Amino acid sequence: MNTLIFTIITLFVIGVVSALILYFVAQKFKVEEDPRIDDVEKMLPGANCGGCGFPGCRGLATALVENEDISSLYCSVGGDPCMGAIAAYLGKAAPKKEPMVATIRCGGTCDKRPRTNTYLGATSCAIASSLYVGETACAYGCLGYGDCVEACAFDAIRINPETGLAEVDADKCTACGACVKACPKGIIELRKRWPKNRAIYVSCVSKDKGAVTMKACKAGCIGCSKCLKVCEFGAITVENGLAYIDHTKCRLCRKCVGECPTGAIKMIGLAPLVKKEEPKAEAAKVENKEA
Amino acid sequence: MKTFPIGGVHPSDNKQWSKGSAIEVMELPDVVSIPLAQHIGAPATAVVAKGDKVVTGQLIAEAAGFMSANIHAPISGTVTAVDMQPNGQGLRQMMITIKREGDEWAESIDRSTELVTECNLSSKEIIERIKAAGIVGMGGATFPTHVKLSIPEGKKAELLIINGVECEPYLTSDYRTMLERGQMLIVGTRILMRAIGVERAVIGVEANKPDAVKHLRSIVGDDKSIGVMMLKTQYPQGGEKQLIAAVMNREVPAPPALPIDVGAVVCNASTAVAVYEAVQKNKPLIERVVTVTGKSVKEPKNLLTRFGTPVSALVEKCGGLPEGDVRVLNGGPMMGRALCNVAMPVMKGCSGITIISGKEALRGEESACIKCAKCVEACPMGLEPYLLSKQARKRAWDAMESNDITSCIECGCCQFTCPANIPLLDYVRLGKQTVMGIIRARNAKK
Amino acid sequence: MANRFLVAPAPHVHGHLSTQRLMGDVIIALLPALIVSVRVFGWNVLAITAVSVASCVLLEFLVQKFLVKGPLTVNNLSAVLTGLLLAFNLPANIPLWIVVIGAVVAICVAKMPFGGLGKNLFNPALAARVFLLIAYPVQMTSFPTPTIEGFADAYSGATPLGAAKAGLVAFGEVDTVGMFTGAMGGSFGEISTLALLLGFAYLLMRRVITWHIPVSILGTMAAFAAIYAVATQGFGSVAWQMPLFHLLAGGAILGAVYMATDYVTSPMTRKGMLIYGVGIGAITMLIRLWGAYPEGMSFAILIMNSVVPLINKYVKPKRFGAR
Repeated sequence: MNTLIFTIITLFVIGVVSALILYFVAQKFKVEEDPRIDDVEKMLPGANCGGCGFPGCRGLATALVENEDISSLYCSVGGDPCMGAIAAYLGKAAPKKEPMVATIRCGGTCDKRPRTNTYLGATSCAIASSLYVGETACAYGCLGYGDCVEACAFDAIRINPETGLAEVDADKCTACGACVKACPKGIIELRKRWPKNRAIYVSCVSKDKGAVTMKACKAGCIGCSKCLKVCEFGAITVENGLAYIDHTKCRLCRKCVGECPTGAIKMIGLAPLVKKEEPKAEAAKVENKEA
Repeated sequence: MKTFPIGGVHPSDNKQWSKGSAIEVMELPDVVSIPLAQHIGAPATAVVAKGDKVVTGQLIAEAAGFMSANIHAPISGTVTAVDMQPNGQGLRQMMITIKREGDEWAESIDRSTELVTECNLSSKEIIERIKAAGIVGMGGATFPTHVKLSIPEGKKAELLIINGVECEPYLTSDYRTMLERGQMLIVGTRILMRAIGVERAVIGVEANKPDAVKHLRSIVGDDKSIGVMMLKTQYPQGGEKQLIAAVMNREVPAPPALPIDVGAVVCNASTAVAVYEAVQKNKPLIERVVTVTGKSVKEPKNLLTRFGTPVSALVEKCGGLPEGDVRVLNGGPMMGRALCNVAMPVMKGCSGITIISGKEALRGEESACIKCAKCVEACPMGLEPYLLSKQARKRAWDAMESNDITSCIECGCCQFTCPANIPLLDYVRLGKQTVMGIIRARNAKK
Repeated sequence: MANRFLVAPAPHVHGHLSTQRLMGDVIIALLPALIVSVRVFGWNVLAITAVSVASCVLLEFLVQKFLVKGPLTVNNLSAVLTGLLLAFNLPANIPLWIVVIGAVVAICVAKMPFGGLGKNLFNPALAARVFLLIAYPVQMTSFPTPTIEGFADAYSGATPLGAAKAGLVAFGEVDTVGMFTGAMGGSFGEISTLALLLGFAYLLMRRVITWHIPVSILGTMAAFAAIYAVATQGFGSVAWQMPLFHLLAGGAILGAVYMATDYVTSPMTRKGMLIYGVGIGAITMLIRLWGAYPEGMSFAILIMNSVVPLINKYVKPKRFGAR
C-alpha cells in the first residue's frame, strides 16, 4: 500500500513541476501577435495551397491583418464570399475578383496528334520538356505526364488516359493557379468562370506556322484569322500564328466556333450555333469539336 | 596509374566495334543545314541570306559577342534558306540551309597534306586565328576555345592538359584521331602551349588505349615539355575536373571556380587537331571525325564528316538503323542526347552517333530506394544523388542548393549504378537547371 | 517505319546492378554459416529457417496484396533475407510458433507500416529478435547443447557470454578455436566466426558492402575490451584474451557484418558509417560489461538505427574541390 501511495505522490509532484516549468517557459517566450490573425486564418479555407502567393493560409491572414490596403490580396479558393466576410471583420474594403477556372489550352488528343517517338524518362513534364519536343511533333502541346495533377491540392485535374491530355474538373477547381505555375509548356490559363461552367476558348498555344502546326496536330490553331473576322466584340487577337480569345471581352456568342477550320476553338456547355445557310457542314464541324 | 580521387564507375567500354576502323572520309552531302547555335553561349548571327553563293570555308555566321563562335560553310553552293528547322530534339532552331554545287574552297585555305610544324605567331595572333576559325571544345561541351585560351587578368596557366581520355563508352573518334592524326595533334598542342604561355603540357589517355599512348610518345620523342600520361580506365575520367585531379592532383573548387583557378587549361584531343589546321593551314572548323557505332550497327565506322550532314546519311553508310526499338544518341551512352529526329545535322560537338537497340534500349523498372548508398559512392563530385533527387521531386530547390547541386557534372554515374533503377539524374538535372535559374535571377537582381 | 524511337535523358546504359542481386549476394554469404549450424545443431535448424523465410515472404505478400495495395516486391528477395537473418538470431530448439510470431513482428510491425522496403527505421530481423527476447525470455535463452564431437560440455545450455557474465569461466580457459569454428552455444547463426567471415570476404569481393561498418564495430569492441581489461586486471595476457573473446563470442560478427550493414538502416556516407560503427561497438560493450543482458549487439544496433537519420542529415561526404 505504501508503495502505491508513494508512487502516486511522486508522479503527482513530477506532473506539477513539469506543468510549472512549461507554464513559465511559455510565458517567457511568448510571441506577441495580433489575435485577429488567428481569427482570419480560421475564416480562410485552410487549404494551404499557396495560390495567394503566400506559403500558407497563415501568411495571407497575417498580410490581411497587417496591410491597410488589401485590394491586392485575394484567396481564390474562398472567393468573394470568404474575402467579403474577412474584410467586414477587419473593417477594410473587400477585394473583389471575378471567379476563375483553370483551362487546359491543348486539344491534341492521341488521334489528332500522332506519336512520333516514345519517352522513357522520369514521368515529369518538366523533365521531358527540358529534354526535347515530346512524344509528338508539336513543341507546344500537353505532354500528359501530370505535373499539373501533382501540383493540384484539390484533386481537380487528371490526365485522361484516352486522350493523353490533362482535364480540369471545373467544379473542384478553385483557381489557385498552382497548375499554371507547374505546367512547363504554359498551356494552362485561368479564365473567367461563366455560370454552369460554360466556356469558349482556343485550345491550342502553338506559335508554329500554320503548315508546321497542321503537320504535327490536326486540332491545332493555324492562325487563319477566320475567327477574328466574325467576332463582334473585339475579343479575338491573332499573333504569331495563334488566335487568342480575351475572356474579359468574350460574350459567348459562339460565332467564332463554327468558323474554325481545325476545331481548335473549343466550346463547353453550350449548344452549337446553327447557321441557316449551311447547317450540315456546321454540324459536322461541331461534332469534330466535341470529340 | 593515376585517376581522380572519388567516385566513378566502370561501364563496359564497347569500343571494340569501331576502334579498328580507320577514319573514312564521308561523301559530301547534297544539302546541309547548319544550326547557328552549335556552341555554349550566344548563337551566331547569319551573315548570308537566301540566294547567296558560298564556297567551302567561307564565313556564314558571325560570333555574336565574346562568348560565341563563328560558323563557316562546310560545302560550296547556294544558300536556299535561313529559317527555323527542327533539331535532333525536335525543337525548332535557326539554321542556314545550303544546297551543294561542286566542291569549291575558299582560296585562303591551304589544302596540302604537308605537315607544317613551324609556328612563330604571338599568343594573341594564335587566339585570333582560333577565334576566326570558330573552334569550340569538340569533346561535347562545345565551349568556345578562344574564350578558354584567353586567360583572365591576374590568373596564370601552369599546365596544358590535352584530353585524350575518351572515357565515354562506345566512342572512338578521339582514339582514331590520336592514332592517325597524332603529328597534327602534337603540333596543335605546341601551338596551344604558346597561346597560353605554358612550358608543359600533358596528354591524358586512358589505359584501354595503350597503342595511342605508345604512338603519341613516339611522336613526342625527346621533347620533355610534352608528357603522355596513361590514366586508369574509369568513367568519368574525361570530365574536365576529374582529369585535372588525375593529372595534377589538384581539385577545382565548386562553381563558379574554373580550371584556370588551379592553373590548368584543358583541351580535347580533336580540338588540338582543329587548332593545328586553323593556325597552320588557315582552315576553319568545317568537319570532324564522328564515330557511328553500336552492337547492332552492321559496319561501325569513324567518319570524317562535314558539318550539316544529316545523321541519317551517316547511319545509312554504316548499314542503316536496326529494326525495332532504337535509341539513337548524339554522343555516347553516358552523356549523349537521345534523338527523335535522325535528320539532325552533324554539329561541332558531335563526337559520335551511338545506336542502342532492342532490350538494351529500354529502361529497367523503377523500384523503391533501398538506401544502399551506391550512388553516393559512385558520385565523382562527392554529392548525395539519392537525397538530391528526392528533394527535386519535392521541389525543395533551396535545400538542393545548400546540398551543392551546382557542383553536379551530370555524368550519370549515380543512375548507372542504382540497383533500383531510379531515374536519379533525371530529377537531379531538373533540380540543377532550376537552381541555376534561381541563382542567375538572384545575381541579376543584385 | 519499322523503328520505334525511344527517347530518355542520359545515361542510356545501366550497370546491371539490381536490388535482387544485392540481396541474393547477402543470402549466398550467409550459406556457409547455415551449413555449419546444421552440422552442429542438426536438421532442426533447417526447419526453423524454412518456417522463418516462408512466413516472412508470405506475410509481405499478403500485406502488399490486401493492405498496402502497392506493387508486389516479394521477388526482390528482401523478405527472404529478413527471414534468414531472423532465423539466424534464434536458438536451434525454439518452438516453431515463436518463429512465426517473430516473422509477424519483423514484417507487420518493423517493416511494412513504415512503407515497406527502404523506409523502415529499424532492422526488421533485429526488431523481431528483441521482441521475442523480451516476450519469450525462457525459450530465447535456453540454448541446446551442440551435438558436435569434442565440444566442451562446460557451456551446455549457456553461451560463452552468459557464462562469462555469471563469472563461471576465466578468459584464459576459453576454447577460442572452438568459438572460431562454431563449437559454442548461442543463436544458431552466430556460432561459427569462420563461416561468417568467409561470407564477409564474399560480400567485400562482390562490393555489396564496404569494410567501414564491420571494421569500425569490431575495432571499437576490441579497443573497449582491451582498455577495460587493462583497467580492471592490469597488463597481462588478459589484455588480448578479453578483446578476442568478445569478438568471437555472441553475435559480434553476425551483427557487425550482416545486421548492422543492412542498407536501409545504416548511414549513407563512409564517415557516417564509421560513426555508426563506433557507436554500435561502444554500446555493445557497455551492455555486455555492465548491462543486465549478457549480449548487447541487437540492442546496440537498434539504438544506432534510430540515430541514422540524424547521421544522414549532418554527416555529408567530402565534396569534390572542398578544402
